[in-house]
Amino acid sequence: MRRTFGFHGGIHPPQNKQQSLRTPIADAGIPPELILPLSQPIGAPASPVVTVGEHVRKGQLIATARDFVSVPVHASTSGTIHAIEERLVAHPSGYPAPCIVIATDGRDEWVEHSGTADYEALEQAELIQMIRDAGIAGMGGAGFPSAVKLSVTPDTPIATLIINGAECEPYITADDVLMRERAAQLIEGVKILRQLLAPTETLIGVEDNKPQSIAALRAAAQGTGIDVVAIPTRYPSGGENQLIESLTGKQVPSGELPSRIGVICQNIGTAVAIFDAVVQGRPLLSRVTTVTGDSVREPQNFRVLIGTPMRYLLEKAGYQAESNNRLIVGGPLMGFTVPDAGVPIVKTTNCLLVPTAAELPTPPPAQACIRCGVCAEVCPASLLPQQLFWFAQGKEFEKLEDHNLFDCIECGACAYVCPSRIPLVQYYRSSMAEIRQLRRDQEQAMASRLRFEAHQQRLERTEAEKEARRSARKQAAAQRVPAAENQSEADPIQAAIARANARKAAQRADVATTSALNTLERAIVTTDTRLATATAKLDEAKARGSDLVEALQAGVEKTRAKLAAAQRALHDYQQSQRAEPANPAPHDATQAVLAKATAARALEAALSPADKARADLATLQQRLRQTQDSLARSRREGDAEKVIVALEASVVRLSEKISATQQYLNTLKET
Amino acid sequence: MTDFLTQYPLFGALLALAGLAATFGALLGYTAEKLDTAGTPVVDAVAQAINNLLPQTQCGQCGYPGCRPYAEAIAGGEAINKCPPGGAAGIQALATLLDVEPLPLDETHGAAKTVPLVAFIREDECIGCTKCIVACPVDAILGAAKQMHTVISALCTGCDLCVEPCPVDCIDMISQGESLQTWRWRLPDPVRGNAGVIATDSPGSAVSRDRAA
Repeated sequence: MRRTFGFHGGIHPPQNKQQSLRTPIADAGIPPELILPLSQPIGAPASPVVTVGEHVRKGQLIATARDFVSVPVHASTSGTIHAIEERLVAHPSGYPAPCIVIATDGRDEWVEHSGTADYEALEQAELIQMIRDAGIAGMGGAGFPSAVKLSVTPDTPIATLIINGAECEPYITADDVLMRERAAQLIEGVKILRQLLAPTETLIGVEDNKPQSIAALRAAAQGTGIDVVAIPTRYPSGGENQLIESLTGKQVPSGELPSRIGVICQNIGTAVAIFDAVVQGRPLLSRVTTVTGDSVREPQNFRVLIGTPMRYLLEKAGYQAESNNRLIVGGPLMGFTVPDAGVPIVKTTNCLLVPTAAELPTPPPAQACIRCGVCAEVCPASLLPQQLFWFAQGKEFEKLEDHNLFDCIECGACAYVCPSRIPLVQYYRSSMAEIRQLRRDQEQAMASRLRFEAHQQRLERTEAEKEARRSARKQAAAQRVPAAENQSEADPIQAAIARANARKAAQRADVATTSALNTLERAIVTTDTRLATATAKLDEAKARGSDLVEALQAGVEKTRAKLAAAQRALHDYQQSQRAEPANPAPHDATQAVLAKATAARALEAALSPADKARADLATLQQRLRQTQDSLARSRREGDAEKVIVALEASVVRLSEKISATQQYLNTLKET
Repeated sequence: MTDFLTQYPLFGALLALAGLAATFGALLGYTAEKLDTAGTPVVDAVAQAINNLLPQTQCGQCGYPGCRPYAEAIAGGEAINKCPPGGAAGIQALATLLDVEPLPLDETHGAAKTVPLVAFIREDECIGCTKCIVACPVDAILGAAKQMHTVISALCTGCDLCVEPCPVDCIDMISQGESLQTWRWRLPDPVRGNAGVIATDSPGSAVSRDRAA
């Protein structure tokens, strides 16, 4: 007989287990609709791999695990995918969660599946993969993915594997009946676990209020080296840390996992599920759930498909809704109330408790704490519940953490013994949630701060880059200025002079063939163009704030003066031309032209001077009109400046000629 | 020398004292020079500690361009009650850190937010002007010129600085409703759960009525 060690505190509430132990496990059958939540209590939700309307068979994968701490979802029976939508789930918040809804067909057709009885030949990784693919999550309550728990390699080698069959909470008998009826499979499952973890000892802890289970297990475990240990009945002996302490005498350090002291705990339901997965190749599709309380006529244990609505199961047990006070998922101490019986059974649902008002009355209003200290006596985690209560009321989170609030297992022993009926656990749950939220907020604030700092740094960097570009441009401009000055003052000037000289020489060479008038007109046009260019340059320089402004200004003035001079020269020339109208043609004309001219002269000579003048006037006026027309057209069409200037000049010239001719005509008339 | 000192111990004592004074004076002078803490580092550390308590929404409601500048201003003597997102809890934390009296929140800088908000861009109406992207202090808006923008809600601090620059008013501040993931246990109802005082002391009880009479 192995020695047990016990743990601090604990309570002895009425067991109320016998009601549901009168019959063996009954099969709940196939409900018309199965609701399979995609997310487990812990970990990321699974991703659906089926579409609405698709036919699925029993055991078919319908949602795959998205990350390491996540379990896949399988169809619990054959049927059609009815919907993938938000449904109410068994959660104290009463909020909906994404679920896959299957309309069952009642045929219960399996997909092809196969396991192996020869699991001893399998590698560790293969076994873990089988457990992962079977979607096994801890069936004790927390629902932590078993494959994760088994594949994390601890710092300390595992000395003790503990299988938790304590089932200490009142009313619940699901593990008890499983141990009685499936002891052989359970032991096989434990052997698989033992193969995975290679512990030096393997213990099954069962409370001594389950003598039938203990006997069945001892019979099955004969010769396997697995030790079935009866522990005294005391709530909460089934708490992981409490069971470890009872069986090994070792305490799990605060804030650490049991693997730290070389212990791993698995629930007996998990062991059976592992047997099914490995030996039979079946994923976790059903579980044993106790339906009990005075509001059901036949309290009993059911083998129920995961996803079965609670209402279906309650009706199987003879549910009397009118007498039911509330629907509790789990036991009377650690369970929570769900608002609607339509929520589905999940992998962790070990009990549905439907008490009458007399059986589990609504708790009376809380009285003030009288500092009796009974809560500290029963606390299995050796905490100071009344201190925690005061700190929780005052929201003194630092002190709560200093008083090891996070070691609280929310067993409810303190609230059970409290003479003032203070809902202590609710204070602790709320405070833990708030502290976790504050930590999350803190993390988020830290992330925001980093992002803000990165943002500021980026702004500074771009500003610095801009500044660098700006100064580089300035430098380049400063380098260009002397170059420009050189260009305009040194070589380029010489070049320009040379060019001008060359041009002048060419002009001189041409002078014999070009009329002086044309030369002058061209001079005006080029000077005008130059003036325009110079003005434009000046404006640009002014806009840039260049120090060339003065030089350019002088240039513009000079060009303007040149233009005026050129215009004056043209005017003078025209005057002089008028003064000597018989300006002979500067170059030899062809004989034909000469002859024509002579003929014209002769014709003119035939006319009187007045007639001749009148004819001249008419021609001139016609030419003026034509010129004015083309000037207007040029202006309208925005022709080159040069063209417009030339046309303007010819208009002026023609008007002068007309007035001169008229004067001449007048003098003729007078004479 | 030794004879003289043994003959006149007073001089010996004086000499020893003078020697000690000179030694420690030199040591103090050296450390004061070498380990000078006057100046920015201490202020910086205080500002850092204050900044860690600010909510990092970077909303600028305090009148400073971000949490860090406000933290520096507080380190320089600015009032601690200008941060609406931090609320009363934030002011309390600052008061504890700086060992000053907690002040009520200065409402001129905005009311304390009760529910966390996140920006949401109505994407049909977004014209892709990038103005909100420029305004976001934590780079939580994704988009490019003439492309639809969207808010990465996990990174949004709810500062609402992006709402005002939007030329087509397509940004809403929506409250993040509670969901299965964000739900948490509440403290028990104080009326039904626990009054927190001895029942006979509460107003309206027989004892207090007697006392009033």
